[in-house]
Amino acid sequence: MKQFASFIRKEFYHIFRDIRTMLIMLVMPIILIILFGYAITTEIKSVPFAVLDRSRDEVTTRLTDRIGASEYFNLYKLLDSEEEAQDLFRQGKVRLVVVFPPQYASSPDAAIQLLADATDPNEATQLTGYATAIITAAKTDAIVQTMPIGIIPVVHLLYNPLMKGAYNFVPGVMGLILILICAMMTSVGIVREKEMGTMEILLVSPMKPVYIILAKAVPYLLLSMVNITTILLLSYFLLEVPIMGSLFSLVMVTVLYIIVSLCLGLLISTVADTQQAAMLISGMALMLPVMLLSGMMFPIENMPKLLQWLSNIVPAKWYIIAVKDIMIKGLSITSVLKETGILILMAFVLIAISVKRFKIRL
Amino acid sequence: MNNVSIQHISKKYASIEALQDISLEIQPGELFGLIGPDGAGKTTLFRILTTLLLADSGSASVCGLDVVKDLREIRKRVGYMPGRFSLYQDLTVEENLQFFATVFNTTIEKNYDLVRDIYVQIEPFKHRRAGKLSGGMKQKLALSCALIHRPDVLFLDEPTTGVDPVSRVEFWDMLDRLKKQGITILVSTPYMDEASRCDRIALMRAGKCLSVDTPENIRRSFTRSLWAVQGAQMYPLLNVLRNYPEIYSCYAFGDAHHLTFRHQNVSDNEINALQEYLKTNGYTGVELRKIEPSVEDCFMAL
Amino acid sequence: MKAIETKELTKRFGTFTAVDHISFEVEEGEIFGFLGANGAGKTTAMRMLSGLSTPTSGEAVVAGFNVYSEAEQIKQHIGYMSQKFSLYGDLKVWENIRLFGGIYGLPEKKLREKTDELLQTLGLESERNTLVDSLPLGWKQKLAFSVAIIHEPNIVFLDEPTGGVDPVTRRQFWELIYEASARGITVFVTTHYMDEAEYCNRVSIMVDGRIEALDEPAELKRQFQAADMNGVFQALARKATRGE
Repeated sequence: MKQFASFIRKEFYHIFRDIRTMLIMLVMPIILIILFGYAITTEIKSVPFAVLDRSRDEVTTRLTDRIGASEYFNLYKLLDSEEEAQDLFRQGKVRLVVVFPPQYASSPDAAIQLLADATDPNEATQLTGYATAIITAAKTDAIVQTMPIGIIPVVHLLYNPLMKGAYNFVPGVMGLILILICAMMTSVGIVREKEMGTMEILLVSPMKPVYIILAKAVPYLLLSMVNITTILLLSYFLLEVPIMGSLFSLVMVTVLYIIVSLCLGLLISTVADTQQAAMLISGMALMLPVMLLSGMMFPIENMPKLLQWLSNIVPAKWYIIAVKDIMIKGLSITSVLKETGILILMAFVLIAISVKRFKIRL
Repeated sequence: MNNVSIQHISKKYASIEALQDISLEIQPGELFGLIGPDGAGKTTLFRILTTLLLADSGSASVCGLDVVKDLREIRKRVGYMPGRFSLYQDLTVEENLQFFATVFNTTIEKNYDLVRDIYVQIEPFKHRRAGKLSGGMKQKLALSCALIHRPDVLFLDEPTTGVDPVSRVEFWDMLDRLKKQGITILVSTPYMDEASRCDRIALMRAGKCLSVDTPENIRRSFTRSLWAVQGAQMYPLLNVLRNYPEIYSCYAFGDAHHLTFRHQNVSDNEINALQEYLKTNGYTGVELRKIEPSVEDCFMAL
Repeated sequence: MKAIETKELTKRFGTFTAVDHISFEVEEGEIFGFLGANGAGKTTAMRMLSGLSTPTSGEAVVAGFNVYSEAEQIKQHIGYMSQKFSLYGDLKVWENIRLFGGIYGLPEKKLREKTDELLQTLGLESERNTLVDSLPLGWKQKLAFSVAIIHEPNIVFLDEPTGGVDPVTRRQFWELIYEASARGITVFVTTHYMDEAEYCNRVSIMVDGRIEALDEPAELKRQFQAADMNGVFQALARKATRGE
């Protein structure tokens, strides 16, 4: 036990004495949260739009005003022709154009055309969605005034009524930071000992290899907990993301995810021989899938079948789902049994492979 | 018994035969040297003996324990200093020693008497990071760390490579003192002049063991008579000597060239003939004298 | 012109004086042994002379160029080889020759000639397509030396070129040094093999950042009443007080 404690102390020395490690460990989470919170926002706000109004009657004017008055859109221009709309799109002046058909007022069921710049498909979907919601609401008011009978669709945005991006990316950033710190740092830490030749001496000592590994993992587990605390505090106070569910369940799921990440790091360390290789593998095999396939940035449902299937083996996907359920939806741990189950299974498989692969010799 | 026994060990990496059928017996308390250049297989042999590598064939035991089966027990009883400086550069001198003491389940205090001689020399710098030490200092720290658990057998892989001659002499003095404590020491070196500091040596080259004996006996086994040649213009002289038909080998050795003839017993007449030959080539005042061979002469003749 | 000329050359790192007012001259075509204990300041001095680091004070002219203002020209006119880094192990023999020839701007035709000539002198023709990593260390070092002087520099700096090399190849290496010196290339070499110090025209021994002795080996041995250069070195370097 004394051996183990002294080993952990040594790991902390390594971490605290390396300015780069410290930066990655403590500053990166804060920067990521702020970046995602303010700079890389996927929220729709004050988007310039144009209107091609072929009927120019009272109803269309009112609808135009209504859209322009919302916080999502700002009227850029009233257009005269479709060509003009094309030009504005090309110049990037507007991201949405609303086209009213002729004599709209007399046939309110006639289709309103919504044109959106789909170079960013996610945004285009969101824009048209918002515009549709505004128009529907306006029409409802109008219809309510004239004929009070009928079934009216009401869009109600559940859990995130303000459609805040933070609700989506805070769990995502947690998934990213944890895997980066636990997997990348652990693998680099172990591989560094190989590279420096110190692993040779450690192996030729009575210390059991399993303790060497565990001692590497413990400091990162502790520091990850510090990170999680920072992230949660920042997101709660700065980004105003609530924690609806139980904090305890959240922590439990997080610890589970950390363990999976540590196992991944261990697995990488058995494959890589240099710190550089460990970095590259962690970057390619962990960071990219977490960013792209976890649903953090792009919705998985819109992906091709192959990628959807691939996303199932990305631990971050399940972690992010579980965190969203607990944190945002306020569900209890029993409703994320599937996700936790999958994570536990992953942990066991990874431990089994790593232990099998870890060499007690060179 | 703190002996090391190596029987018919062979090891191959891809196409390179790192070790070919090596057999050695190292007695308890012996200071045994593996002498050979880079690529001789010294490191591979050390790694097999310290249980870090598995041999392709053959067997070996350390302290009577099999290097494959009794891995755990061996790891408690040997000290190992790898060829590269293998301590934590970002830990201080003291932290390194402390760490290795704990890893080996002991304390600095318990075995301080063993490392004292060595450690006092670096103690003034105990709060300095190991990475900031240079040459001889790192070597001393590494040796202290390898000794801190009072091992029965000490494996030192090229401890003096890249170390200046003064620190090398100091290092060998330290090994002499450790030997008196009864520790069996197996040390490798590419410096042939260090061979004489060992009880027995094995000359190694390209995975083969060329000769095993005391340095004295190895020198005695040199069958030809060896001559030192000194004169002005040493480098051109080397080529002139090599062109002389009776010469078997001629190598530069510091301030003299070492020379052997094609046949074993060289008469005064032959020496005179060589002097004449040199004179006709414009080399006067060249001095020739018979000398005792060094281990390096023997190594080059093998 | 002297190949190297220094006056009171000094390098300080904070309060630590790594190189302490050294003054010496190296003749053209000379083989100059630069000895000293670990930490005596050899590497720092070599770095200043090869234009890699700027001195704190003092003067140095290398191949006719000032180390302060003409570091780039110095790099053009010197070759450098160290025990640690010399060639790319994952490139083939000819690729390395070509690479370094190219770095020093050798024209295509000359490069081809040089490659053939070099491989022939080293007896490496059959290894032309071998990866450098799979060559024995001694061959690697001989190749590295030949590549370091492929552009016929005025001076070549060799930092412990023969460490760990087998005794026979070590001597062959020195024969290459002699040939280069005969062609007029100045050789500035550090070594821990004291027999190699004897092969130098002149030897300097650094202790605690200062040059404590500088002369021909025979003269040094007489001066210190030592049988060999090892004796001279031991006598001088034992005086070192610096805590490395």
